[in-house]
Amino acid sequence: MRPRQSTVGRRIKRGAVGALWALAGVLLTVLMWELVKWLGGVVSLPFNTNDQAMPHVWTMLQGASKPEVRGSSTTVLQAVIQAAGYSLMIALGGFAIGVFVGLVLAIVMQRFAFMERGLLPFVIASQTVPLIALAPLITGIGNRISIGPVQWNTTYSVMFIAAYLAFFPLSVGALRGLHAPTPTSLELMRSYAATPRATLIKLRFPASIPYLVPAMKVSAAAAVVGTVVAEISTGVRGGIGRLILEYSREATSQPAKVYVAVFGAILLGLVAAGLVTLMDLYLTRNLPKESPA
Amino acid sequence: MRHTARSRWAALTGIAVVGALALSACGSSSSTTESSAEAPAASAAAESPAAESSAAAESPAAEECTTPTPVNLQLQWVAQAQFAGYYAAKELGYYAEQCLDVTILEGGVDIVPQTVLAQGGADFAISWVPKALASREQGANITNVAQVFQRSGTLQVSFKDRNITTAADFKGKKIGNWGFGNEYEVFAAITKAGLDPAADVELVQQQFDMAALLNGEIDAAEAMTYNEYAQVLEAINPATGALYTPEDFNVVDYNVEGVAMYQDAIWASTERLADPAYQDLTQKFVTASLQGWIHCRDNAQECADIVLAAGTKLGASHQLWQMNEVNKLIWPSPLGVGVSDPAMWEQTVTVALNTKNLEGATIITVDPSAEADTTQFSVAANEALAGMGLNTTGDAFAPISVTLTEGGN
Repeated sequence: MRPRQSTVGRRIKRGAVGALWALAGVLLTVLMWELVKWLGGVVSLPFNTNDQAMPHVWTMLQGASKPEVRGSSTTVLQAVIQAAGYSLMIALGGFAIGVFVGLVLAIVMQRFAFMERGLLPFVIASQTVPLIALAPLITGIGNRISIGPVQWNTTYSVMFIAAYLAFFPLSVGALRGLHAPTPTSLELMRSYAATPRATLIKLRFPASIPYLVPAMKVSAAAAVVGTVVAEISTGVRGGIGRLILEYSREATSQPAKVYVAVFGAILLGLVAAGLVTLMDLYLTRNLPKESPA
Repeated sequence: MRHTARSRWAALTGIAVVGALALSACGSSSSTTESSAEAPAASAAAESPAAESSAAAESPAAEECTTPTPVNLQLQWVAQAQFAGYYAAKELGYYAEQCLDVTILEGGVDIVPQTVLAQGGADFAISWVPKALASREQGANITNVAQVFQRSGTLQVSFKDRNITTAADFKGKKIGNWGFGNEYEVFAAITKAGLDPAADVELVQQQFDMAALLNGEIDAAEAMTYNEYAQVLEAINPATGALYTPEDFNVVDYNVEGVAMYQDAIWASTERLADPAYQDLTQKFVTASLQGWIHCRDNAQECADIVLAAGTKLGASHQLWQMNEVNKLIWPSPLGVGVSDPAMWEQTVTVALNTKNLEGATIITVDPSAEADTTQFSVAANEALAGMGLNTTGDAFAPISVTLTEGGN
């Protein structure tokens, strides 16, 4: 086993190297894009590489700093960042609901074997429903819901769809994790006459962390995808999905604009992944870095 | 061991708190946008009875309005001037005068308005007639209560050098079409010109932007007068460095080809029309909506601004162009605004019954039943609107001229 402590200097060095690699990756992508564009002008490629279909990277950067519509003080970039932030909030909300529901399901399924047999097929079947069929249905039902003075908001529908995608990887991962303790550990708990609840909290949860963290990563990605797709699908206002939808209509005259929105969606995914990685670092800080299995 | 287990719990709780914060953040932000969106309508509702008390006294809906009836209207797409009449009726308080509290639901890629209506997700829906008739045949119980657009807005746009001026010129060319039920006018025109859609023409699935036309990937692209055609005219011609002009293009108009089908209409639930209360609601909604369209005919700029304020991302000149083109599709309405012309309805049904797509399928297989279409509400609305001193046929309508700018800004 490698020593856990590393000096501050080594950490900074490692961070700098990592950042350089990331930068190199971005540069390489830009170079490839421009190379393909240039190649398209020299030889005939099976797809179009003119400025209309593949705008120059610098055109996209220029497009980002233009005002969104004439006379408005917000630039395209500001609008995109704002929309990405809005979508991130929805995705996080969906993720939180998904994590909660997934955990509850996993605990119930672990505790009662008949629930696992009965519920798991439904959990799996839930993910085979195509999202594009589900999204209009959920917003349609949502329009009719009002609980007391609270009117259902289409934003909730999007969050619901994000949660619907996010709960599945988590419940399956958590279930495996809760089943992970070795028979020896379980027998030890039994010898202490520990209640199922105590076993769950003291043994099963800590043991499930290595399964839970990768499941959360998948869930977070699913929540982001669910949010953006649901926004495009149902045209819900405010988020990055709607922006992609609107900007793509202007792609004829301003092809760079829609790319800026797509970058916003990428940024959204990266931020979500970064948040989960931070969580991962915190949750697994006391675990040995090698796989416990 | 004990310590680590507890701190992990703390971490999980932390995650839950973050989630809850995110939730509450979304909740509060959406509620603020909602309240700001509601505010102008509410103030309009508050002002209009006082300001126009004389008009209100004459109008048929002069009875006391204590609690407005909530109404949901489902659009086919996001806010744009194609729906200006409804936004204007809401913004200018015409709905409020009829004691309606209308919420306009925007569409998205997978939203099918007539299905939303049939499933009860909305009280009224805007839909193209052929698509709605197809949904009817599949069991959606809906009725056309006002045929707002009197003409088809579909064009086939091509560069001058391709020499495509009628459907007969499609022979041997790459013809773009949108699919998803938007392609039947193209097929009908090809068939009517004596060509076989499967053999004589290369049909290409087209995106909803016009890049394929400008890139020369297709010879002629399907376009709506009020949207895609304008997008082409907002793009820079690399040869001249200036915007493309209408002189650069040939346009095949499906109205001229004689295969046009009715497009935007207001649809209501057939089942609920048996209920007198819903009949009354429908009457009020149709009257106020058509009043909105009359206002937009005479005030194109104001209506374009209303749509812009409703939060569209398309620019001001594009919105004004769209408003003007949509006006051309509505006006003049010789039988009165929103009243469908039996001849045009017949043509729509005939094309829907007889045009086969590449799979050999037609839009509908049997004649639509009598409940598919009624002029009861639109005729009554015309009487009421004429009683308010409004011109309901638009016989003197003259379109304005709109200058497009790059990107429609």
